[in-house]
Amino acid sequence: MNIHEYQGKALFARYGVPVLEGVHCTTVEEALSAYDALSSPVVAVKSQIHAGGRGKGTLVHPQTRDVVMEGGVKIAKSREDVEAYASSILGNVLVTKQTGAEGKVVSNLYIESGCAIAHEYYLALLVDREEKSVLIMASTEGGMDIEEVAESTPELLHKVHVDPSTGLLGFQSRDLAAALGLSGVAAKGFRTTLSSLYTCFIENDCAMVEINPLVRTEDDSILALDAKVTFDENASFRHPSWEAVRDLSEEEEVEIRAKATGLSYVKLDGNIGCLVNGAGLAMATMDVIKLYGGEPANFLDVGGGANEEQVKTAFSIILEDPNVKGILVNIFGGIMRCDIIARGVIGATQSLGLEVPLVVRLAGTNVEEGKAILAASNLNIHPADSLAEGAERIVALIGGGES
Amino acid sequence: MAIWIEEDAKVLVQGITGRQGSFHAERMVEYGTNVVGGCTPGKGGQHVELGGHSLPIWDGMREAVAATDADATVIYVPPPFAGEAIMEAADAFDAIKGEGVIVCITEGIPTLDMVRAVAYVEARPGVRLIGPNCPGIITPGANGGAKLGIMPGQIHAKGRIGIVSKSGTLTYEAVAQTMSIGEGQSTCVGIGGDPVNGTGFIECLAAFQSDPQTEAIVMIGEIGGNAEEEAAAWAAKHVTKPIVGFVAGSTAPPGKRMGHAGAIISGGKGTAEEKFAAFRAAGIACAADPSEIGQVLLKALTSAGLRA
Repeated sequence: MNIHEYQGKALFARYGVPVLEGVHCTTVEEALSAYDALSSPVVAVKSQIHAGGRGKGTLVHPQTRDVVMEGGVKIAKSREDVEAYASSILGNVLVTKQTGAEGKVVSNLYIESGCAIAHEYYLALLVDREEKSVLIMASTEGGMDIEEVAESTPELLHKVHVDPSTGLLGFQSRDLAAALGLSGVAAKGFRTTLSSLYTCFIENDCAMVEINPLVRTEDDSILALDAKVTFDENASFRHPSWEAVRDLSEEEEVEIRAKATGLSYVKLDGNIGCLVNGAGLAMATMDVIKLYGGEPANFLDVGGGANEEQVKTAFSIILEDPNVKGILVNIFGGIMRCDIIARGVIGATQSLGLEVPLVVRLAGTNVEEGKAILAASNLNIHPADSLAEGAERIVALIGGGES
Repeated sequence: MAIWIEEDAKVLVQGITGRQGSFHAERMVEYGTNVVGGCTPGKGGQHVELGGHSLPIWDGMREAVAATDADATVIYVPPPFAGEAIMEAADAFDAIKGEGVIVCITEGIPTLDMVRAVAYVEARPGVRLIGPNCPGIITPGANGGAKLGIMPGQIHAKGRIGIVSKSGTLTYEAVAQTMSIGEGQSTCVGIGGDPVNGTGFIECLAAFQSDPQTEAIVMIGEIGGNAEEEAAAWAAKHVTKPIVGFVAGSTAPPGKRMGHAGAIISGGKGTAEEKFAAFRAAGIACAADPSEIGQVLLKALTSAGLRA
């Protein structure tokens, strides 16, 4: 789960990670009063969306798609600048290299005081899957695309793994500060910042915290000029406060609805809907559809113990997508019995008045019973014995690979 | 022989009185697994009736391991408590026997809980963790066998193919594929789809390589991380038995989590294409489609001179 920069900075501030003063706004009027309140001659006017590359993005009109302004983060030197930038940002669509071509509507702004930057650094904390521990990455090459730094100048990306049994140790912070060429007050500021950030990361069950750039000001203070914070959704049970910072407009509404009923759904661009039990098998089903010349319309895992109702919800979610021309159900019954799935499929087909071709492949527990139930239903359901056969069948039924 | 879990292994169930735990413990008993008892804090001294057996319950794992001399435990504890359940089991096996296998089925454990739990387990060298977020491990026997997890027991048969996979139902698919060419399994291990887990591909490959019962290996990966690439490179140097590979997620879009917490292509890394390429470079026979695993395996066995 991602949060906005302004929310991330509020979190940082609570842990003593230094940030500039700023105000979250949703209207141009609020932006102007924020400017008045901040009493900083220069302020940053920053679009708040859950995607990187905002500074280099383009704002376009939501309907006409005409370019309104280049850059989603602007430096304003006057009240007039703030008004002009805020009006160009709010309500328009910001397209960055991370949003995809459709971009995201900007409904939130952050107006932040200015500062005199001496140098920009990069700092990130994340869970390293391979080392199975928290990894701290820091670089003198702040403000850049860090993947590029890792690729072209890996020696400038410094890494430290934290032993979970000890936590971040003093020498690790000192070494990192030295690697960044920091000394004196700045080194001390960096060590304190890193220590606070590590505590923040652990206590809030973060999956990633990225500050790009972290800056050293001309008076040697260390400041987090950006805040990209991702929480580990698995830990939401112990963080009820996350609900308040969750921006549902940033998430796919149908994916949220699917999740609420215990389904895992991701919409894709193709025209063959899939309903599968198990994440790995669901991915494999999409892959095999493609292999036979079709395009999957979605990823959908009904989970290990789905009931008739969930199968019905799954069908209705698949059918909401107007691109869907056919559906492939692929169930390997383990805990889930094929006869239950067969009844669920029949119930859903009847109550939803299914009009597109449906191929059902059943295997595993109670498969014969499941197949018999489908065969006796007299509905237009095409059975398949293997995944390959099922994929081939549905692709043929919708008229080949063309959409 | 098999790997890590013998047919007659003595097995405890943590969370045996819960809905998931009691349901699956019963399936385990029905399959023939030697379930020797369970552990649920606060319910020590009680018994639970499962599949015609009366199984004792202990409050803590040290007591349970000491009383039963268990070889392994299966955890069906809900996510908030699963990380600690793993550590409690590790502590008990380490303190009492110096060894033991922990299988954690639970899905949805916070990643930082797993970071702590895995470090705790790794500090106790005789203890092995399988999972979490996995179907478990099964060693089919001549009559029943040892089923430590949620997989459907009846699709398996004792045989000579070792299976290792990140996925649940896709593993069942692989099992069915071996059966379609008349092959059974030595042991099937689901290592789980979480970003931070216990036993990985390489440890499974090493164990299958040294297991005399296993003649060939089926390895099933999925997008995310680089465990498949590392396993392939390791296999190229250390595994002489034929390996058949498949990777799920060729059509997955970048940046989207595909069901499993760990199944995500991030920063252009962890794609199925890269993993398939690493498999091929290591001489692993790849199936483009899981329905082909059987035939690819048969071909690999034949060309290795293991089948006529």
